[in-house]
Amino acid sequence: SLCKSVIYGIITYRRRGQLAALSIAAVVIIVGVPLWWRTTETYRAWLPVSQINELSNLQLQLSAEVEVVFARGTVTPEQQKKVPLTQIQDEEHTVDEDTALRYRYETKYRTATIMEEDALNQPTAAEADLSLHTLSESPCGSLVVYVIPESSSLLPEDMDVYVGQRRTALLRIGAQMRVGKTLDQLLAHLEPRIKQVLQVMSFSHTDISAALSDRVRLSPGNKESIADSMRTFKSSPGYEITFSLLNPDPKSHRLHWDIEGAVQTYIQPLLTKLASVANFSIDSQTLYYAMLGVNPRFDSSLSAYTLHSDSLAHVINPVEARLGSNAASSNPVLNFLLYVPDAHHSPLYIHDRKKQEVPSNAFHSPRWGGIMVYNVNGFYGPEAVFPVDVNINMAKVMGVFLAQLRLLLGVQSSTAPSGFLVAPCGSNGLADWELDRLMWSRSVENVATATTTITSLAQLLEQIGNIVINDNIAEQVSSAVTSLQLAVAELETGNLRFALQYSKEAILASERAFFDPSLLHLLYFPDDQKFAIYIPLFLPMCVPILLSLLKIVSDARQKRREKQAKKD
Amino acid sequence: MSLTGSTRRFSPLVPQENAGQFFSSGHTNNWAVLVCTSRFWFNYRHVANTLSVYRSVKRLGIPDSHIVLMLADDMACNHRNPKPATVFSHKNMELNVYGDDVEVDYRGYEVTVENFLRVLTGRLPPSTPRSKRLLSDDRSNILIYLTGHGGNGFLKFQDSEEISNVELADAFEQMWQKRRYNELLFIIDTCQGASMYERFYSPNLMALASSQVGEDSLSHQPDLAIGVHLMDRYTFYLLEFLEDIHPSSKANMNDLFKVCPKSQCVSTPGHRTDLFLRDPGSALITDFFGSVRKVEITMETINLTEPIHSFR
Repeated sequence: SLCKSVIYGIITYRRRGQLAALSIAAVVIIVGVPLWWRTTETYRAWLPVSQINELSNLQLQLSAEVEVVFARGTVTPEQQKKVPLTQIQDEEHTVDEDTALRYRYETKYRTATIMEEDALNQPTAAEADLSLHTLSESPCGSLVVYVIPESSSLLPEDMDVYVGQRRTALLRIGAQMRVGKTLDQLLAHLEPRIKQVLQVMSFSHTDISAALSDRVRLSPGNKESIADSMRTFKSSPGYEITFSLLNPDPKSHRLHWDIEGAVQTYIQPLLTKLASVANFSIDSQTLYYAMLGVNPRFDSSLSAYTLHSDSLAHVINPVEARLGSNAASSNPVLNFLLYVPDAHHSPLYIHDRKKQEVPSNAFHSPRWGGIMVYNVNGFYGPEAVFPVDVNINMAKVMGVFLAQLRLLLGVQSSTAPSGFLVAPCGSNGLADWELDRLMWSRSVENVATATTTITSLAQLLEQIGNIVINDNIAEQVSSAVTSLQLAVAELETGNLRFALQYSKEAILASERAFFDPSLLHLLYFPDDQKFAIYIPLFLPMCVPILLSLLKIVSDARQKRREKQAKKD
Repeated sequence: MSLTGSTRRFSPLVPQENAGQFFSSGHTNNWAVLVCTSRFWFNYRHVANTLSVYRSVKRLGIPDSHIVLMLADDMACNHRNPKPATVFSHKNMELNVYGDDVEVDYRGYEVTVENFLRVLTGRLPPSTPRSKRLLSDDRSNILIYLTGHGGNGFLKFQDSEEISNVELADAFEQMWQKRRYNELLFIIDTCQGASMYERFYSPNLMALASSQVGEDSLSHQPDLAIGVHLMDRYTFYLLEFLEDIHPSSKANMNDLFKVCPKSQCVSTPGHRTDLFLRDPGSALITDFFGSVRKVEITMETINLTEPIHSFR
């Protein structure tokens, strides 16, 4: 029985060995491999990929409401019976395979009320505009066009349309539309003009396609629009405006400028009106002994110094190095420089390419700012005692800077069609319809930028497998997607203010998600380096297990062969 | 109070001349990211390389606010520098590339692969100041210059880590996706530098390297007084070429490709232009190394004769 127990021990020992090898293999495969996988995978929170893919295909609809009001003498009684009338027109444009635009114009036709007739009886168009405005205020994004008879004296002879300061336009009806025409013919006659008014006062296809430039790299449509898009600053939640006074000659000129008062009076109203578009922060500085960096030429025929337009490009760089900026924010900066030439180089005039003097004596650089040359030699005679105190006429200066500011922010509209008379911008430096235009193009630009940011972020995260996606990124992306969907919906219904607000939220969220510091891709390891790390860890452990498994298999095969032999 | 404004009558004749000058390059501003990745005194030449490109770029007009300068070590104020506060490019000591107003944005141990990639992709912590950021937009032309010790497919940072060409290509792709550049010129002066631009796949990139794969970039000449090699050959001849360029120069990229032929450089400089959409002959040197601003005359002004009051 000792023999039996020894033999029994040998057999169970072998079986124990087999069991041990099998159980180790089982633990490694069932527990070890998943554990290793989980601990070495990069954490990627769930992103709403399907919604993002939906957004990559952008179908934008912009809706504008127009009210066309017929004054007395423009419609016959038969035509008047069919009014009031509402028409909806759609205009489709396919920009590229992923982007499509639809413009919806909802036109309401009606006749003028008695109070409106009184307002239209004012002597000048500007006064008519003012009285019409006191009657009713059009909501943001809508327009009212008053059709006035041909005999009306509000417009000069050669002009058909007057574009007011708010959201009103006056359209003079043509002579042939007097009698014997149906309402439909009258509307058909007016339609091209009303469309032109919409292009000027609301949105035009060129502006909107320029606003989509983040999504679609357009081939040059026309030079004007390219220059406009290169000049205006891209949409940003905030801007910084810096006014600088450059005094190269403090020994001769002691300059006084009431910049705070001027900003408060002239610039702040514009910025307050633009508050829905962006935040602005303003500062100012004075730089002494700052030279222009270009030598002006003395023109004896004018007995003045001149700067030719070709040399203007080299003026900015030496000055820019000394300007400084607010270190805390990353907002784009608009610089406005007022340069007072030194006493030996006064007066200094800027000449354009045709060697003509420029009335404003100022120039601007796209996406940078503007420079104005202010001559003070007229303020003192030859016997003056230096330094001379000079008070700068801020109204003149701010007139130029305001115009440049409007250009750089994209407020300035492109050329209107012939026959249009456009009123000067109002007390704020910005007409209501100009604000609407800006809001339209900014909303579209924000939506376009946010969609490209989100879709490219999703694409990048898919492509580059070793980037960790934290929960807060997923949150930002989801909120950006929600805001985008809301913005597109509001644009469809024509609620311009809300559309702009949602589009701004979408941009903020998408930028925050894309530029989150945690999204740096982990270091790239080529495959051979990965093998070099894992093999010394896993190979020594796996070799005995593998060998014992092989031994188990060969033992089992041998047993089967023995059993077969026994049977035979 | 009424505004005596001039009513604007739009006539079809608009000065088109200003619009014409915009189209040659499509950019409105210039940025430069100049990186020296090596530390230790015997790598003096890499700091001199970077500083000489910095100097040229500043001279041609790019302001400090648009330059991100990363130097991994301080040679000018190094204890072993026999001529403190100077970094020379040639043993004649004629050109002190350190100058009077160097603005180093990332210094010493701040120059890491992570920071470099963060600068390129814009993923910096919110507390980063403006001077340490690359605030470019879709109309910026960017010059990126890297120098240091490299190998086939990698560039060594600080003697302890590397950046691979795959990571660099991915970083440029992220810049392109976010429209952070209009055109990008990439110059690298290291051994086997051409391997670093092999993996690029984003559009509008042009790349130059000082040597091909398998070749070493060599240094120029040692200076016995300072005791180290002062500059690398490729950048030395590049600096010589750039010293002849002034802001209104019309030299183009094809001239840049000819800098430092094999006879002078011993290694064969390479370049890659297949991803660049324009013809390299039409790209001016000043499109990347300088900062020529476009200007327009301000034609319209607003007539503000009296202080403005609200109408109501």
